[in-house]
Amino acid sequence: MTTTSVPVQNRWQQIRAALTRYWQPYKTVPLLGWLVAMLVAVGLEQLVGLPLARVLGMYKVPALFGAVVALDDPILFPSALLYMILIYFLPIGIIARLSKSITNKIAAKLVNYPLVVPAGIHLALMYAILFLWGDISDYRILVARLAMIAIILTLSLNVVNGYMGEFSCSHPGFMAIGAYVASSFTIVLFVTENQFGEALLPPEWGPFMFPIALVLGGVVAALGALLVAIPSFRTRGDYLAIISLAFMFIVKSLFENLEVVGGARGIGNQPNYASLPVVFIWTVLAIWIINNFVRSTLGKALNAVRDGELAATAMTVNTRKTKMSAFLFAAFWAGVAGGLFSHVLRYINPDSFGIRKLAEVLAMVYFGGLNSVTGSIVGAVGLSLISEALRPLDIFKWIIIPIMLILIMIFRPTGLIAFTELNVEKLFQPKTIENEGEDHASA
Amino acid sequence: MPLLEVHNMTHRFGGLRAVHQYNLAIEPGEVRGLIGPNGAGKTTIFNLITGVYHPTEGSIILEGEEISHLEPDKIADRGLGRTFQNLRLWRYLSVLDHVKMARYSKLTYGMAGAFFGTPKRISQEKATDKLGMELLDLVGIPHLAEEIVTNLPYGAQRRVELARALATEPKVLFLDEPTAGMNPEELIQMMDIVRRVHREIGMAIYLIEHRMKVVMELCEVIQTLNFGEVIAEGTPEEIRNDEKVIEAYLGKEVVF
Repeated sequence: MTTTSVPVQNRWQQIRAALTRYWQPYKTVPLLGWLVAMLVAVGLEQLVGLPLARVLGMYKVPALFGAVVALDDPILFPSALLYMILIYFLPIGIIARLSKSITNKIAAKLVNYPLVVPAGIHLALMYAILFLWGDISDYRILVARLAMIAIILTLSLNVVNGYMGEFSCSHPGFMAIGAYVASSFTIVLFVTENQFGEALLPPEWGPFMFPIALVLGGVVAALGALLVAIPSFRTRGDYLAIISLAFMFIVKSLFENLEVVGGARGIGNQPNYASLPVVFIWTVLAIWIINNFVRSTLGKALNAVRDGELAATAMTVNTRKTKMSAFLFAAFWAGVAGGLFSHVLRYINPDSFGIRKLAEVLAMVYFGGLNSVTGSIVGAVGLSLISEALRPLDIFKWIIIPIMLILIMIFRPTGLIAFTELNVEKLFQPKTIENEGEDHASA
Repeated sequence: MPLLEVHNMTHRFGGLRAVHQYNLAIEPGEVRGLIGPNGAGKTTIFNLITGVYHPTEGSIILEGEEISHLEPDKIADRGLGRTFQNLRLWRYLSVLDHVKMARYSKLTYGMAGAFFGTPKRISQEKATDKLGMELLDLVGIPHLAEEIVTNLPYGAQRRVELARALATEPKVLFLDEPTAGMNPEELIQMMDIVRRVHREIGMAIYLIEHRMKVVMELCEVIQTLNFGEVIAEGTPEEIRNDEKVIEAYLGKEVVF
């Protein structure tokens, strides 16, 4: 211990203390309060966003938090920042703080009802925010839908790479299977075009049959996963990584050579079924089911198998069944994500499901955090938004994102939010006031 | 009829004969000990009976049924619970989750329950929570239920292992050096816990130990193993005075 380092430490401590002091009032804002505040902010953007952007010298509302604007034209950086502060930070901060006594009261009432009620209200608010935010431009809706699909993919890969502790590379393959199966299903049945001919069923039925297409894609992807799982789960170690990587390439070249589905040209004209609400519902469903699974004892058996297979089997855990079912489950969701993906872009080719997709999903899993549902959501949304926001940088984007990943690996080797459990009941709880001084401040 | 019988079990690792013509009969509620010098094959016998290895020859019969060909999880499910010599806990799971995990084969809610949180799952998980807390109470660590095991002191980790083995509802509990690496105080606590468990649940216990104090005080019958063969079997008193046992541990007295 040298005495010279003390003042520096003190200054840091001062800054930290100041930050904690400013943050203190926000600690007691419940999730409901944040959502209400965000809803007001996006509503505000609807009303005054465009005029404000014009005043600040931008020709339209900055689509992705000003990043694209600022990177395209650095002179506009202050305006983009100001816009962010005026439209998002200030309103959210003020409203979250002012409304917290009311929102806490409402949250306290809500938790007395069965879980469906608070969950439904929170989800409705989330959807309203997403809807209003996306209403500004089609680009935002596209980004939001792709980010939500990334959540499904990342979560399902986390089941294998995080919870089960194996290293699987075949997710783009499962996604491709899901995408092609779902696309063929909807195009053959509901679209009249030259590749598959007349629509077999009235197109009005399409949106209602879309879930069947997605589930079918997921199931076929899970069957594909069976091919990988049977040989590779006999032993532990690198076998799964190698076999699954091979599987990914096999699937890709299979679709490249399958003329029925367009070969290397790909397949287009998917009907526009994967709208914002549809993708939102499927994402919520995926998060709910996967979170249910990993929090059950059957799901935690994955952790037991990962951290000590011998002990797991001595404690009556059927390790083979556990690994197999989790792997097929993950593949199912990758297939569903693929089906949604193909109907969002409305054009796919085998190249969309190659090694780049794999790198993207793996990055999201390891960036967000292993063994964590929250981590996967953060990783998927974070990396999708960052990669969209950095788009103006072109090739430099592929330097910045890997550097970020390397930094994460150095400072948090298991990812941002790793090894946590997402307790949904706890999420909706009101935040109680911890100290008395707090009470005075709000009064 | 004995609860668990082993007849003429022999096991070879390649050319090495680890266990030779081993016989065992455990009655319900009995406490037995297995001692022997390092490398005598004690843990191998545990691993053979609990299905980690399958014996080259011989049969293992639990309640009249042959189990030597079964996988470890099936054997554990039928009532042979065990602990490990070097702790094998799961580093990211909480203490309560450890105990609950050992109920895996008894949970019947299936994958549908795991995915959708059916009422059946909720009630079964609740019942398992309750049972887990009772077992943690029995081994004296209910206050540590939510802790992650890696944060616990060694003595507590041993207790978690014991509670976890108990959760499989064993008819015979195999304890592989339950007091290894413990200080004298922890040792006495552990012996108390084993006695309490035996008194309250009443299953048969088969334990490997190096510390003579533990074996002599706890066990009714002791087998001594050397180079994979039983060289003596009897009450603690008989074993203490057996020449072959003394020879195996201390070496032969040579008189010129």
